[in-house]
Amino acid sequence: MRNLWIFVSRYNAFFFFVIFFITGIVLTVKNNAYQRSVTVNSTNKVVGDVYNNLNILKKYMNLGMVNDSLSAENARLKTEILALRSVDTARDVTIKDTMGTPQYTYLAARVIKNSITLRNNVITINKGSLDDIKPGMSVISPGKGVVGYIRDVSEHLATIQSLLHQKTYVSVSIKKNHAVGSLIWGERNLDYRKAYIKEIPNHFKVKLGDTVVTSIYSKFPSGIPVGTVSNTGIATGGNFMTIEINLINDFSTLQYVYVIKNKYAAEQQALEAKNSDEQ
Amino acid sequence: MNSKLILVNITRWVILLLIQILLLRNLSFYNMATPFTYILFLLLLPFGIPNIVLYLVAFFTGLTLDAFYDTLGVHTTACITLVFVRILFISVTVSRDGFDEPEPTLGNMGFKWFLLYALFCTFSHHLVLFLLETFRLTELSYTLLRCLMSGMFTLFTVVLVEFIFYNRKAR
Repeated sequence: MRNLWIFVSRYNAFFFFVIFFITGIVLTVKNNAYQRSVTVNSTNKVVGDVYNNLNILKKYMNLGMVNDSLSAENARLKTEILALRSVDTARDVTIKDTMGTPQYTYLAARVIKNSITLRNNVITINKGSLDDIKPGMSVISPGKGVVGYIRDVSEHLATIQSLLHQKTYVSVSIKKNHAVGSLIWGERNLDYRKAYIKEIPNHFKVKLGDTVVTSIYSKFPSGIPVGTVSNTGIATGGNFMTIEINLINDFSTLQYVYVIKNKYAAEQQALEAKNSDEQ
Repeated sequence: MNSKLILVNITRWVILLLIQILLLRNLSFYNMATPFTYILFLLLLPFGIPNIVLYLVAFFTGLTLDAFYDTLGVHTTACITLVFVRILFISVTVSRDGFDEPEPTLGNMGFKWFLLYALFCTFSHHLVLFLLETFRLTELSYTLLRCLMSGMFTLFTVVLVEFIFYNRKAR
């Protein structure tokens, strides 16, 4: 027993290493699992506050650009309203949008932490469970395409699993021929302006510059622009092709995002869960 | 270990982590190389510290970084690995009773020793960091390339900071 103790204390560096290393690995694996119980991340109040305060400077520097994009969006929305409420002179009645309660509602939130340089990027925003944000909700940026899914939520803050994350898949389709594929980012190329679409069947014709939008199968509302095709010549050797696209969304200057609340999300989930039981 | 040394190390911790979180987190060369200069703090911890304290300090440094990077466990494990390599390296190269210098800085230990020391520690840290961050083996070659690039970048900044802040003492 004594010899054992001498042995352990002599090589204590190694034994401590094993203990702490295993602790670290356990934390990593736990964080990778879908259910995360530990909140050592940027939804944590202290960390969130730091980012919130630090972001003030950055916000001022980008103010002009944000203003421009917001006014551009305002203008677009105004024209849309005009189109919806236009007066039909032939019949002299005002046509209004009759859809009483829309399926999707948007909630604007400010980005307080963003990263584009990592393998798995996470964005933090300044709205949380008090604003009815739940994990799994989809997030888009003002008029500029998809951002990601909500990941962790605390009272006043939430993190978004960015599109620039190896676990984010978005179902997208080519706008002109509705070929459906799945959008991924960062296999051997961590450029934040580029992404890849996989699993598009070979018989579809795709040209450079074709617009890519979210498909009807995605968690996002369908038809949201994602990017434009920039390279079609990636050899895969299978029945499916891989396409490189330029993302419309510039993740490096992201300031505001819209969290999309789907009114029928819970209903759809319950229905689909029933399906998967029977398989 | 006197109180001045502790104070110096705490200040160093705060400054290096602030720089890492505010500045270097947003820095990247061609999406390949990102510097993690905060490991300089772990490299410069004094010689006399007991191993368990070293590991605890590394653990909480890593945990703090993880909270800000939203990568729970990745930096923690990498820092633990760095400390293990550090202990091994120091036990092999520095005689046990000859701790006449308080800290393993460039000025105290000489350029050759420090470069080798930083090289081993940096690459062990980065290897664990990038493998855990990717967490899959299908992109192994690309991950290793990123690890190599970032490692060189980190090593460069670490040695640079050492050259700026520490004067060579007459040995």
